[in-house]
Amino acid sequence: MTDGGDLGWWGVLIAVMGGAIRVSTPYLFVSLGETLTEKGGRVNLGLEGILVMGAMSGYGTAVVTGEPWLGVIVAGCAGSALALLHGLICNLTRVNDIAVGISLFIFGTGLAFFLGKPFINPSAPRLPHLELGAWSTYPQVRSALEINALFIIGVVLAFALAWGLKNMKWGLILRTVGDSTEAATALGYSVNWVRTMGTVAGGFLSGVGGSFLSLYYPGTWNEGLSSGQGLMAVALVIFARWNPIYCFYVSLLFGGATALGPALQTVGITSNYYLYGAAPYFLTLGLLIYSSSTKHSLAGAPGEVSISR
Amino acid sequence: MFGSTFNNGLEAVVINAAALILTLAGFGIFVALFGHNPLDVYYILYLGAFATQISIENTLTQSAPLMLTALCTAIPARAGLLVIGGEGALVVGGVATVLVGIHLGHLPPWAGVLIMGLAGSIAGGLWIGAAGALRQYRGVNETIATLLMNYIAIAIMNHLVSGPIRDFDQVLKTSSWSIPESLMVGTVPGLDVHWGLGVGVVTCVILYVIMRQTTFGFGVDILGGNPRAAQMAGLPINRMVLVCCFIGGAGAGLAGTMEIIAVHGFASESLVVGFGYAGILIAFLARQNPAAIIIVAILVGGISASGGLLQRRFDLPDATAAVLQGMLFVMVLASNTAYGRFKIFQVKAN
Repeated sequence: MTDGGDLGWWGVLIAVMGGAIRVSTPYLFVSLGETLTEKGGRVNLGLEGILVMGAMSGYGTAVVTGEPWLGVIVAGCAGSALALLHGLICNLTRVNDIAVGISLFIFGTGLAFFLGKPFINPSAPRLPHLELGAWSTYPQVRSALEINALFIIGVVLAFALAWGLKNMKWGLILRTVGDSTEAATALGYSVNWVRTMGTVAGGFLSGVGGSFLSLYYPGTWNEGLSSGQGLMAVALVIFARWNPIYCFYVSLLFGGATALGPALQTVGITSNYYLYGAAPYFLTLGLLIYSSSTKHSLAGAPGEVSISR
Repeated sequence: MFGSTFNNGLEAVVINAAALILTLAGFGIFVALFGHNPLDVYYILYLGAFATQISIENTLTQSAPLMLTALCTAIPARAGLLVIGGEGALVVGGVATVLVGIHLGHLPPWAGVLIMGLAGSIAGGLWIGAAGALRQYRGVNETIATLLMNYIAIAIMNHLVSGPIRDFDQVLKTSSWSIPESLMVGTVPGLDVHWGLGVGVVTCVILYVIMRQTTFGFGVDILGGNPRAAQMAGLPINRMVLVCCFIGGAGAGLAGTMEIIAVHGFASESLVVGFGYAGILIAFLARQNPAAIIIVAILVGGISASGGLLQRRFDLPDATAAVLQGMLFVMVLASNTAYGRFKIFQVKAN
């Protein structure tokens, strides 16, 4: 039983941890993206469309050029372009950012499926990963410790964004605009411009998150690739209280919860598979009910965000 | 009074028509980029959506569930809530319909259908009503709550159809037991369109009258327009919000019932095809007006219906219809900014 044997419950634990790292990466990028958007005072539900668009454009670029990292960049740029559309439309008065987000969700996925038709068959080069588990003889451990490059970038980014939002000038401007339109206007900042930039930066990160889906795990392009990670970003950010470092922890938690069902299947527990899969949603709703109050808005929420009022 | 209502209606028609024309122009450029003549594409769009009896029937079939899911956003929106849970309420309604329907084979069809319709709409109504209660009594944001509840509803359905109520004789796809054949409803007389259309139109008209002509509807409009004023006037705000959420959820739940009893016969992943999300946008396009929802749903249904023909004629991907729909949604939402900016539509105050 030393090489690749049955690890029993340890196997479940290892699979959940490995799954947490693998599955959490797109969650991490979309939640960081949504944090930047919401810190500026807007909600972008269109991240789902942006994610799928990023997955398609990243994959297509990698197929054509053979360069997966170029695919990641292109995915980010495609995401920014869609986010720019969201930002510009929401700059108009009397336009609801949630509704625009949902229309971008439909438009983005439609456009990605339209343009991505030729890329369903060819296979693209995968993004690299680190083999941190080479010391182990268990294949489960080795596969769990395959740390992908985007995960590492995402973790570094989470800490960098947390520091930047707190200490850098752009972070202060973004937070001011997100907390009070009046204060930002009085200080002479263009509220619409800052919010649009926050949305565009968020779109870039979400596009990169999408490229992870098509270029690393599952590592292919098809129309059922995303399972709603983009829509979930909004819930993740609430769970993370608009804090990039918490976004990292929450993404790991969501990733682990998503990996729980399949991991339990390997030890023969197949009942309630779908309910385990929905654990993150139950958890988020529970937390939301627990921490909400009719008296005050959610702790840590930007004052101008519609969903925190 | 008449003049201002008329002018508001005219303003909405003009602005929406302009948005539609801009959308078609944008879509024309889009298909031209792929080497197709935009005029040919427009003609095929018309052909596939509204030109023949078959295409009209197709369009109406597509629009039927959208009318009902749009109500899930529109009615709570009139009270000032942004509910995006139509997808989940439809699924919950569909599952409730199946759970009740499988026991009703011995009843006369009219009674069975009536009970299933009640089951679907009550389940959907309670589902969204719960989100309304969480908001009123606990301060939980209804938009996020209903978004999360969509996923929870889908997970519950997947759980049920993959185990407790799974029909193992169905080998092609995982699905629940089927409701008795005798309880399936057919098509509207004279049209090859299932009864979901009739139910959708009648529900929208009834709600239009309720929201327009009754004291309740008037109160809801006050609440939606100015919550402080509603509070000052002593309106029962909590109750009104809960009722609006229940009505909206019941609409989407009824859409689930119709999908079961007129289309599928059983619950499965085929209930989760985005009717709920499209419904949100239809409600916004109709400016939360139940009567306008009928027209907008038919328009959007027409785009879906002509997708197949576009695909066959021009060898375009099947997502072409989604691209056009997305463009239309984006354009019409952006056009909201134009309201009140054109002097000719404003009634002079004197």
